[in-house]
Amino acid sequence: MIGIVYYGAGNIFSLTAALDRLGLEYGMIHTAEDFDKFDRFIIPGVGHAGSAMKKLEQTGLVPAILNLRKPVLGICVGMQLLTEFSEEGNSTLTGIIPLKTRLFDEHLKIKIPHTGWNRVSALPGNVLFDGISPGAHFYFVHSYFIEFNSNFTIALAEYGIKFSAVIQKNNFFGVQFHPEKSGLAGEQLLKNFSQLA
Amino acid sequence: MTAQKSHILTGSLALDTCLAKRIVPCLDVKDGRTVKGVNFVALRDAGDPVELAYQYSQQGADELVFLDITATHERRKTLVDLVKSVATQINIPFTIGGGINEIADADILLNSGADKISINSAAVRSPAFIDELARAFGKQFVVVAIDTKFIDGKNFVHLNGGRIKTDIETEHWIREAENRGAGEILLTSMDHDGTKGGFDNGLLKKVNDTLGIPLIASGGAGNVEHFVDLFHKTNVDAALAASVFHYGEILIPDLKQLLKENNIEVRI
Repeated sequence: MIGIVYYGAGNIFSLTAALDRLGLEYGMIHTAEDFDKFDRFIIPGVGHAGSAMKKLEQTGLVPAILNLRKPVLGICVGMQLLTEFSEEGNSTLTGIIPLKTRLFDEHLKIKIPHTGWNRVSALPGNVLFDGISPGAHFYFVHSYFIEFNSNFTIALAEYGIKFSAVIQKNNFFGVQFHPEKSGLAGEQLLKNFSQLA
Repeated sequence: MTAQKSHILTGSLALDTCLAKRIVPCLDVKDGRTVKGVNFVALRDAGDPVELAYQYSQQGADELVFLDITATHERRKTLVDLVKSVATQINIPFTIGGGINEIADADILLNSGADKISINSAAVRSPAFIDELARAFGKQFVVVAIDTKFIDGKNFVHLNGGRIKTDIETEHWIREAENRGAGEILLTSMDHDGTKGGFDNGLLKKVNDTLGIPLIASGGAGNVEHFVDLFHKTNVDAALAASVFHYGEILIPDLKQLLKENNIEVRI
């Protein structure tokens, strides 16, 4: 069963609706004790990464999150929270994955926010992409991105530059796109996450 | 990368991108029911916006826009119920517009599962509303919709579904909306809307070439070639249409296939 870290950063209606459609069970995590009730976790998030980090810290859940050994999936800003720093508000984040979250450079002649369906290329062995066509489109809405890094990037997308569509370090995964809004490909990814050993 | 790339050249802007052009059906809704006639063979209930939305998502629509024109006191509750039903059943993003005048309206729609809200007249009457929304929810949540008409050599913003002319020049207003924190512009050419003669490519290109946020083109779609034409002549991000989709004159799978054959990046 999936535990959703509840910390008040953005709407989770669409996420729980997607899990309902897939028949995946979930519950909410409000306290550190709640983590024991679940075997995997999702950290959702939209909005400002710095504000989201403040809200997460106010819940007191950060130390427990750092110690998790079961699969964790951060979505969008929830993914960015896994990194060590964001240029959004020059914020210090959890630092679970030693990467930086940066603002897209408008000089690359790209529109910001990066909005819409972009192709995602999973690197070989990426278990989250089982059953998903190579180069499938996923739905992105974000102005800040996580740099590409050969140690931690397990799927990449391109928008002016190559960036991390999916990152992983041990049991921690993060996706920049919104699987709950990404059609069948997104639903497959959520299903794959629910089946990770 | 295994991804195919489309090379899009518009004016001075050369962009190598895998970002798909979005096809966006628009549904007018009143009292929780679709307003314009719908002629879909597959539908059990042609007036049910949720069923219609589901059909579109199955056909490959990339995004949906719901424009609510309900005028009763029950408006907000009806709309929230609709948004929740849509968010429960479809797996693509959607925008809600119509009658959003305060932060509380936007807040409840966001928490009911809407991905974006679209504001039109309310933003013109109170431009600071754009700033407030962007601050509260992030700019990606804020679509500024603009109805424009060409009069005596200039483009002017029109309000209330195009019935009221303002003295505001469209291109100035777009610039202001962007600066105030709009995350996207939905531009409807009233000169082209309803004509089925094609999109207003001249205006759209001019606006798009100086815009730093996504632009959704609206007004004038009559056949599939109009979409090819739009994406060849301009670098807009998305194309919105209503009746050609509702009446089944254009089927989204056919449209996307044709766009793909014309080397336009689409999600299939």
